[in-house]
This record gives sequence, C-alpha cells and structure tokens, in this order.
Amino acid sequence: MSTSSPLYAITALFDSPDAVLHAAEETAKAGYTKFDVHTPYPVHGMDHAMRLKTSRIGIFAFVFGSLGVLSAVALITWVALHEYPLVIGGKPFWAWPAFVPVSFELTVLLASVLSTVTMIVFYFKFPNNAHPLHDTPYMKAVSSDKFGIAIQANDPKFDEKSVREFLKSVHGSAIEPVAYDVEDLDHGQQLLDARFLAVLAVVMFVVASGTYFTLNYAMYLPPFDFMMEQNKLKAQKPSELFRDGKGMRPPVEGTIARGFIPYAFHGKADEAGKMLVNPLLATAPVIDRGKAKYLTFCSPCHGNFGAGDSRLRGQFPNPPTLNSDKVRNWSDGSIFHVITDGQNVMPSYASQISRDDRWAIVHYIRVLQRAQNAKEADLR
Amino acid sequence: MSASMKLPEAVRAELPANVTYAGWAAFWVGVVLVALGYLIDPTRASFENVIGYLLVVSIAVGAIFLLALEYIAGAVWSVPMRRVTEFVAGLTPLVPLAAIPALFHLHDLFHWTHTEAVASDPLLIAKEPYLNLPFFTGRFVAFSALWILFYWLFTRHSLKQDTTRDQKYTTYNVRLAAAFLPVFGVTLTFNAIDWGMSLEPHWFSTIYGVYFFSGTVLAAVATVTYIVVRLHEAGMLPNIKRDQLYSLGAMLFAFVNFWAYIAFSQFLLIWYANLPEETFWFLHRWQNGWEYVSILLIILHFAVPYLVLLPQEAKMNPRRLKFMAIWILVAHIVDLYWLVMPTYSKTPVLDWSTFGWPLLVAGLVVSMLSYKMKRHSLVPVGDPKLERGVQFRI
Repeated sequence: MSTSSPLYAITALFDSPDAVLHAAEETAKAGYTKFDVHTPYPVHGMDHAMRLKTSRIGIFAFVFGSLGVLSAVALITWVALHEYPLVIGGKPFWAWPAFVPVSFELTVLLASVLSTVTMIVFYFKFPNNAHPLHDTPYMKAVSSDKFGIAIQANDPKFDEKSVREFLKSVHGSAIEPVAYDVEDLDHGQQLLDARFLAVLAVVMFVVASGTYFTLNYAMYLPPFDFMMEQNKLKAQKPSELFRDGKGMRPPVEGTIARGFIPYAFHGKADEAGKMLVNPLLATAPVIDRGKAKYLTFCSPCHGNFGAGDSRLRGQFPNPPTLNSDKVRNWSDGSIFHVITDGQNVMPSYASQISRDDRWAIVHYIRVLQRAQNAKEADLR
Repeated sequence: MSASMKLPEAVRAELPANVTYAGWAAFWVGVVLVALGYLIDPTRASFENVIGYLLVVSIAVGAIFLLALEYIAGAVWSVPMRRVTEFVAGLTPLVPLAAIPALFHLHDLFHWTHTEAVASDPLLIAKEPYLNLPFFTGRFVAFSALWILFYWLFTRHSLKQDTTRDQKYTTYNVRLAAAFLPVFGVTLTFNAIDWGMSLEPHWFSTIYGVYFFSGTVLAAVATVTYIVVRLHEAGMLPNIKRDQLYSLGAMLFAFVNFWAYIAFSQFLLIWYANLPEETFWFLHRWQNGWEYVSILLIILHFAVPYLVLLPQEAKMNPRRLKFMAIWILVAHIVDLYWLVMPTYSKTPVLDWSTFGWPLLVAGLVVSMLSYKMKRHSLVPVGDPKLERGVQFRI
C-alpha cells in the first residue's frame, strides 16, 4: 500500500451474520453515515440495522413500467388502427383484451431492464468500472465466508484512529485500511480506452458470427435437421421413388382441368376472327368486369384508354393503340384471339384471364373505341 | 442478540367487551335479516345464502390453507401470528351450517335438479353422472368432513405444543400440511364448481376453481391481516413488527395480482374463442346494469388495491393495511355477488337483504375470535420456530 495514494476506507471482518448485523447497528448508532456492509449472501434486517432510507429504485421501476404499458398500447394502437388494420377473428380493430398480455410483458421488460440500467448508471457510477475494494483481501474474504464492514474516509466523522478503535470495540477482526488504487483514481472516461474498445469489438465479432453460424448452419446440422430431411416429395426436386427420377408427377394423359374448354383456333387468327362470336351480352356488369380485368392485365402496356401510351412506352416495341381503324374494324373474335394466343411480343393471356373475362375485356375495348370515336349522336 | 432476547410468553388477552357485543349484535342482525329474507323471498334468499356460504368457506378454509402453507414452507414470519389464523380457521366446523338453509332450496338454486328439464337436454344428461342430488350432497358432506378433520388435527397439534413444547408436533403438522394441500386443491375446486359454476349448468370454465382459490386466499389473508393489525394496535401482539406486517401486505398484494391474472385469463380465452356456449356467461354480466358491477369489480378488486399496496412502505403501514384488508373483503363479497347473483336476477338487486350474510359472517368472525381468545394463548409459545419468527426481519 503506497502512502501516496489516499485512504478509501477502514475495513473489518466478522464471523457471523449476527455479529455483522450487530456491528452495523452500532456503526449507525455511532453516527457514521458513509459505510457499507459486505456479506456473501443477503442478511435479513440489514437495511434497518444500517438505517438505510427506502431505496428510490422503486420509483424508477414504476416510471419505466408505466412507460412500458404506454408504449405498448401506443404501438399496438398505431399498428392496429392506422398502419396495418387487420380484422382478426372477427374482432374490432382496437381489440384491447388481446393487447393486455403484450402490454403486460412490455411493462415487465422495461421496468426490469431499465431499472437495472438505472442502477448501473446511478449507483455504480457507470462508466466507472473500478472500485477500491476490488482485488483486496477484504473482498476475497467477504465473498466467501466472512462478513465485513467498511467505514469510508469521506465520512464526516471519519478519523483513522477512532475508527480503528471503534471497529475493535464491536469485535471486528483483520482491521485494515484500504487505499485507492492510484491507477483507478482517474475516474475519467474509460469507455474510449483502446483496450476496452478492442474487447468490445472482439465480443461483437464473436456474438455476431456465433449468431450467424447458429441461425444459418448449426440449426441445419443433425440432429436439428430432422424437419428438413423428410421422406416426402418436394416441388421441382428429383426423386428416386419414380423410375423417371422426377419428383413432380405429370397428370395422367388426357387429363383436363375442371372448367377447361379447348381452344380450337391456336395459330388460326383468320378463322377465329370469322367464326368466333362474343357469347356475352354488353350489359353493365359485364362491361364493369371487363374494365376491371382490362385495367389489371391490359392497361400496363396499352394504357388506361387503349391509346398505347402507358408508362412502359419506350422500353420495348411500342404496343399499338387499340383505337386505330384496323382494330376497330376487327371482329370480336379477332381481338379475343389476340388475347388468347398472343401476337408479336404480346404473350398469351389464356392462363391468366378466364375465357369469360377475355370476352368481357373485348366488350370493354369496344367501349373505349366508341368513346374515342364518338359520333355526333352519342354526344347528344 | 439472540442471547439477550427474552422468549415470548403466552398472551391471554380478551377482546374489549364492546367489540364482543358488536360482534354478537352483527351476528344476530345478520341472522334476522337472513331469516326475513327466507320468509319474504326464499329463492333470492337461497342465492344470497350461496354467497354467504362461499364467503365462510373462503375465510375458514383459506385460513387452514395459510396454516398448511406456513408448515410446508417452513415459514417463520407467520409463527407469532399463527394463532390468529387458527382462530379464524375455527369457523370451519360452522361451514356446513351456513349451507343448510340452502340445501333445503336446491330446487330453486340449481337448474340441473329439475328432472323434467334435464330429460330433454343432452348437455345436462351428459353431466348427470356428476350433477345429481345424491352425489352433490355426498360431496358436500365429504368436503365439510375433510376440512373439519384437517382443522381439528392442525389446531390440536398446535395447542398441545403450548404445554409440551414438543417439536414433534411441528413435524406432525408439516406432514399434515403435505397431505392437506392436494386435498385442499381438489375439494375447494369441486366445491366452487358445485356451488358456483353449476348455478349455470350449461356453462363451463376450467379455470373457475383457480379463480375461486385466488379469492379464497385473499379473503383469508385479509381477515387475518385486519385482526392482526387491530390486536397489534391494542398491544395484544407485541411480537409483531413492521417486518411481519410487510409479509402480510406482500401476500395481499401478490394475491390481488393473482386474482386479476386469473380473472383476466378466464375472460380473455372466452372472449377470443367467442363460442356461444361460453360467452353467454360474460354477456349476462355485461347487460342490464351488471356491466356496472363488472367494472366496479375491476376497480374494487384490482385497480385500487394494486395502486394502494404498490409502494414498499404501504405494505407495512398498519393503518393502510387495516383499511385495505377491509376493502379487499368487501371486494371479495362483491366478487361472490357477481359470480352468483346474475343467475338469479336479470338486473343487479341491492337492498337490506343483501347485507344479511356479510353481517352474519363478520359477527361470526368476531365472536369466534373472542371465544377462542378466552381459551387459548394468542402466541404459540411452544413452537420451536417462534423465536426466529419474532426476530424475523425483511
């Protein structure tokens, strides 16, 4: 112990919890206020013996807990009412009973975690991470089988000689001074210490790579892969179960999908134009249906009004206008055939749009053409 | 410090005469009100009888549970006040008496006793092996007998220890507690199902027994807390310090939360699943004025006690504990009212008749306490854990 470093405290050891409880009572009675008791396990009645005031950490816990419940309710309310309203199980959007468990959990989480953080910051004086009692024989003793009292030098009543005598009078043994470690005296900012940052970086690397490895590899190693390695057929994957080695089975030859009607005019545009007749009547519901389908499937290229002026114009060979004389003079069957079979760069839409919907689109295209070429009589 | 401490001595204190008289007065006023109720409207009186019966069960059997808890957990803090718990448990032999008037009106109370209604109701036919009069009466007799038996054994051992100071009685009671706790769990659950849930025989909730249990413990702890604080203030329990009171306050606080947790769990699951065969029970309690009772219950039974008992200081403040103990007992009565009465009436009913049973039970508790205090020491002087209990510090 170098004489140059200032004294932190005088410590004494006791053999039993009763003895230290009694000594703590006496210390408080003697008028010392800056002293601490160290025991290997919590000793009942110590708060009272030391005349400690009620800890204020409870107030922090209450504030943080309230913060938790408020933030949970605010978050859920915002999500459920504003950002992503979903009807779940036929309940109202703001179904508060369902929010209670979440709010409760967040209350507990914030109250406990933030109280701990508060304790570390205020009571342990973070970022200070050293204490004069660290690495002393006293700390070694009180963390195994002894009980200790440390009367601090910054106590207003502190006087080295009288403190030593006092501790002797309450039957303390191993009465020793503890000095500040000179190195630790600088309680300045140690967070930016290169060694600390290096440790932090290593910890970050280890944790991140550990997490990455666990989530991406370890979870798929035996025996955790039992759900991935199942005896089942997988879409698009080969299988040894069948002689042809294919996992996906083609339908039996001659199978027809439900509702499928064969199209007899593949590649026969002229015949289709001549022979096909629109089976739907141009009623308002049919035209509405055609409009909806047109806006979904046709408008991205042909434009909302069939003028071939969509926002994709210029990115590939321009789609023709549907209002030209050529298309206006086409029969319904010709238009239907183009939608069904495709033309030039336009692909077939037969698999995306049902047969009836294609006919409804044809009606709607006629509406668009008429609108662009309105006669005097139409306007009246 | 243990060497200098004098061992606590037996305390033979008597309640002040005016308290005893007030107890008897409350009891007899209660008896008169209950009797009048039965004369004027037997159906309503029998439903109120069920509330009264469940109230006595929760206080008396809950007190036996607290005794068993002390022994099984090896708790020391409650030893200096254990006699109060034993005296409260002294109501147990009277528990079956509280149900006897209702037993003569089972037909008014329970829809499942109507044979013609059961015959045409597939659900009630399915429940008939459990819900039938011989089995119901048998369960009632068996449960009452078991409770009285365990009460008698617990207190016999405890009182014998006063004179013999023999440690073996503590060992007996620890074993007895281990035997009692499962019996308690089963009997209390089925008793709650018999007298509470089967009022609406079509309805079912698997958590109902736990719900009643949470109220039971609260009622018993609140009764013990109130008596302990009053006796302590009167200087009859000098060994009780803030530390023991804190433990009582913590128990109250814990079970206030437990009750809310269980009550909300029951509601949440039924609300979520939204099955008509479950929701009607809550819908009854959310219509025709019952919604105000439901909201009042949340405030009385959870919100206020939670906030009042939350600070550490509040749990050891005698005045606040005394106040909250009565508050929680009132809340418990409202809880039982909320459980039972919607079956009787479409709208909440409240008049002189409602107060009969609570008055009767309150008077009974005071009279029982006065009776027991005259005969036994208020401190279990022979208990080997007594000294540690007196020295208990938080």
